[in-house]
Amino acid sequence: MLSLTDIHFRYPVGGFSLTVPELQITAGNSLAVIGPSGSGKTTLLNLIAGILAPDSGVVSFDGQNLGGLEDRALRDLRLNRFGLMFQEFELLEYLDVLDNVLLPCRLGGGGGLTPEVRQSAEQLLLKVGMGGKRASYPQALSQGERQRVALCRSLITQPALILADEPTGNLDPANKGVAMDFLFDYVQEHDAALITVTHDHELVDRFDRVIDFQQFLPREAAA
Amino acid sequence: MTNTLYLAWRYLAFHRWKTAILVLSVTLIIFLPVGLNVLVEESATQLTARAASTPLVVGAKGSRLELTLNSLYFDGAIPTPLDFSEAAKLRATGLAQSIPLNVRFHVRSQPVVGTTLDYFRFRGLSVASGRPLVTLGESVLGAAAARELGVGVGDAVISSPETVFDLAGVYPLKMQVVGILAPTMTADDNAVFVDLKTSWIMQGLGHGHQDLQAPEAAANVISSSDNEIVANAAVVQYNEITTENINSFHFHGSDTAFPLTAVLAIPNDQKSGVLLLGRFEGDEFASQIVRPADVIAELLGTVFTVRQFVVFAVAVVGIATLATTILVFLLSLRLRRRERLTLFKIGAARPAVNAILMAEVIGVIVVSGVLATGLTLATRAYGADVIRLFLA
Repeated sequence: MLSLTDIHFRYPVGGFSLTVPELQITAGNSLAVIGPSGSGKTTLLNLIAGILAPDSGVVSFDGQNLGGLEDRALRDLRLNRFGLMFQEFELLEYLDVLDNVLLPCRLGGGGGLTPEVRQSAEQLLLKVGMGGKRASYPQALSQGERQRVALCRSLITQPALILADEPTGNLDPANKGVAMDFLFDYVQEHDAALITVTHDHELVDRFDRVIDFQQFLPREAAA
Repeated sequence: MTNTLYLAWRYLAFHRWKTAILVLSVTLIIFLPVGLNVLVEESATQLTARAASTPLVVGAKGSRLELTLNSLYFDGAIPTPLDFSEAAKLRATGLAQSIPLNVRFHVRSQPVVGTTLDYFRFRGLSVASGRPLVTLGESVLGAAAARELGVGVGDAVISSPETVFDLAGVYPLKMQVVGILAPTMTADDNAVFVDLKTSWIMQGLGHGHQDLQAPEAAANVISSSDNEIVANAAVVQYNEITTENINSFHFHGSDTAFPLTAVLAIPNDQKSGVLLLGRFEGDEFASQIVRPADVIAELLGTVFTVRQFVVFAVAVVGIATLATTILVFLLSLRLRRRERLTLFKIGAARPAVNAILMAEVIGVIVVSGVLATGLTLATRAYGADVIRLFLA
């Protein structure tokens, strides 16, 4: 499904560089990426999502080299095939819960905003226990509730690959469990793949594979 | 497109107070210069209309503006009086009809206009209830004056003393209201019309008192001869003219020297008007003659100059407000950088993100434009009435 080969990336400012010799994940699998802060975990997710382009190497998804795709095709991938979940959830304050979940569809993902999609969004919210708060605004939600809304938003287009950046970073143990159960269930039901960046070592046992990013750091940085 | 507009709408609706302030600012920027122009033009039309319908005004030499404002709008300073003989002299030329005016007193804040029945015919004033003036001591009220004073036909109004502290001066006169005029949306609506002689009685030039030859007045008579009776201040003076005492009212001296504030001159035709203006160039008249339209045009010249300054000031304030609005928007863009980045990461094209922001700006401008247009139309529709109320 997804493979990274000989990836090298350097930020123009600051000089941070990331090298990933090889990384692969197939459908139905989950991968946890761990490592110290500043080791490039979020950068890796951005490279996979096509938000950043590597200086060299190949990111390939379903046999397509992302480097060879035009901007429009990359955006289509992000809207329809990838489900992105951000560390701070990044909900839009002026949209209610339902509209936040439907946001990717309003931007053209999932075939647009159809009655079926709307129904699907409501079902997702019901599943995560947010059915009664679909008209609430993010500022009125707790951290756990926001996380569940962000989770629904990342899944509304039924993506094949979920990229989650520390999705449980701000949550209590109970909410962590709910969120990760939901993600793993989705991966099983839809034969999707899950890549999660996390600091949480208790969580990594549930993943099929774990990569410690420390190994990709230059020797002096790792030290 | 629908989704772009929806997201823009949600943003504006969520930040409703910020949006309202932006809309209000932009509305005012658009409306103020336009509305001001409409109001000034309407004022000019109203002022000009009253002036244009009054061909010529004769008054004592002095301020032309005071004479015009007092004669047309019953407002402003009281002009220097001229003798009633000037009205007679004007009539004697055979070139114009003359309508004397004595606008000096008030009933509370409503001006009392002493004149003749010719004035009502000249202005086309009609009595909506009651009847026109017939005898001394009666009054006919303009519609707004009746409303302001809270009186109707059969009630009475009392003239205000010129000065509260002048005990030896003019005493208030109680006058019966015999008619209420139909509204005209002019200065006439605010006036209390009385006969010219009634206004002179108010001024103390005529009076009525108890019969000094009657036995009950004997105690007040100081001396008596065949042609003169001198009495003390205890003699009862009447402050209301009734059918019982009207015959006791009389004037001292010749009415040719009695004062007027102005005389409206209505020339028989255009040629007569020109001839009349020529006659006032010489020494034949001790007074001046003015064409109200010219005086108002001069006044409007000043008003338009002031308007230019005001419009310029409004434009400068508008530019400053616009600059502030743009600054607020740019700062808002900066604050919303993260939101834009989120939209981009999810998969929105940068032009699509910009389109949402542009839709918000256009939404504010469109709503402001509609409001400003509505306000301008309302100003056009009702501005005339408002101006007439101010001028009346």
